[in-house]
Amino acid sequence: MQTINLGTIIAFAINAILIENIVLTQFMGCCPFFGVSKKSDTALGMGMAVTFIMALSSVVTHWIYQLILVPFDLEYLQTIAFILVIAALVQLVEMALRKLVPALYNALGIYLPLITTNCAVLGICLTNVQDGYNFLVSFLNSVFTAIGFTLAIWIFSLVRMRMDEVCEVPKPFQGFPIALITAAVLSFGFLGFNGLSL
Amino acid sequence: MSDKMRIRDFFKSGVITDNPVLIQLLGMCPTLATTTTLINGIGMGLSATFVLICSNLLISLLRKIIPQKIRIAAYIVIIAGFVTLVDMLLEAYFNSIYNALGVFIPLIVVNCIILARAESFASKNKVLPSFFDGLSMGLGFTFALCILGAIREILGSGTILGFALFGGVAPLSIMAQPAGGFLTLGFLIAAAQFMVERKRGGAEDADN
Repeated sequence: MQTINLGTIIAFAINAILIENIVLTQFMGCCPFFGVSKKSDTALGMGMAVTFIMALSSVVTHWIYQLILVPFDLEYLQTIAFILVIAALVQLVEMALRKLVPALYNALGIYLPLITTNCAVLGICLTNVQDGYNFLVSFLNSVFTAIGFTLAIWIFSLVRMRMDEVCEVPKPFQGFPIALITAAVLSFGFLGFNGLSL
Repeated sequence: MSDKMRIRDFFKSGVITDNPVLIQLLGMCPTLATTTTLINGIGMGLSATFVLICSNLLISLLRKIIPQKIRIAAYIVIIAGFVTLVDMLLEAYFNSIYNALGVFIPLIVVNCIILARAESFASKNKVLPSFFDGLSMGLGFTFALCILGAIREILGSGTILGFALFGGVAPLSIMAQPAGGFLTLGFLIAAAQFMVERKRGGAEDADN
């Protein structure tokens, strides 16, 4: 994996976006996936915010791990160090958005601070380190994974909007249960990508 | 109200009426990801319970010291400390569960149930109630994971706790896969909502 050319990057992208889609096959980032998927434009905004934070935090945590934790034999502190870095970054991005893009800031609302507790972000930073990816591969891995997240949440929001218009859902299934079952059907679909051999 | 009654109320609300997964809909990621088998569900549930009790205790002890403005950051550091502890303990003593749960052990840090209890209960209450709140919510989480894990293991691999159940009948392997997780949890929460609805309907009838 350490020799990079265009072919391996494309294979890597297809793998991270479709075959091992972070939400639908690895269950990371389910909270925003169900929470912010009622409208397609907020879903896209959320996807982009997550992409940005994920790319940024994978770069920062990579260097913190290599330059601070490894030289001082502090690898066991990685969970604490990473979650603090992510929390600080989310705070920074929140302040920047409020100043620069108030419309997006208002649309994301409560879900922006919640990116801190989006397990996809921490999960990717941890797996990057565990799998011993170098700097470039960690960065690509987090960007492609985040694109996969955005794709999944966007498709899901479109399906949910359509279902709200045309479907009559039995009362006990209204709200969250039917969303879960929709996600199951979507996940069936993504299971099909397992057949791709790269 | 006597102490015994209060403790019973705690357990009733944590496990049944305010079940963190089935009623409050928190902690979806670990719930779905780790319940491919019953034993993984139990492992995840008990690890999270341990972290929940310890963090509730410590946060309740420190509730007058932690400044209001940075409380969330302080909670996360406390929780992450206990999660690191659990991570090391599992690696040392329960290696098979450690390997099966993988990255989801450090991800207990971002389990919303733990932060939610810290913020809404432990930061406002004394140490002993916080302990029981952590214990009951943790057991509620474990209970939900056990149901889900048992259903998925029986249907998905045809075993329970590793013992084969159906002889030669091929299992529905889709239930052990991600899609099965979403599906089972969807039906479970629908069942929970159905029961809540029926209870509420019954109560209203009694009022009239």
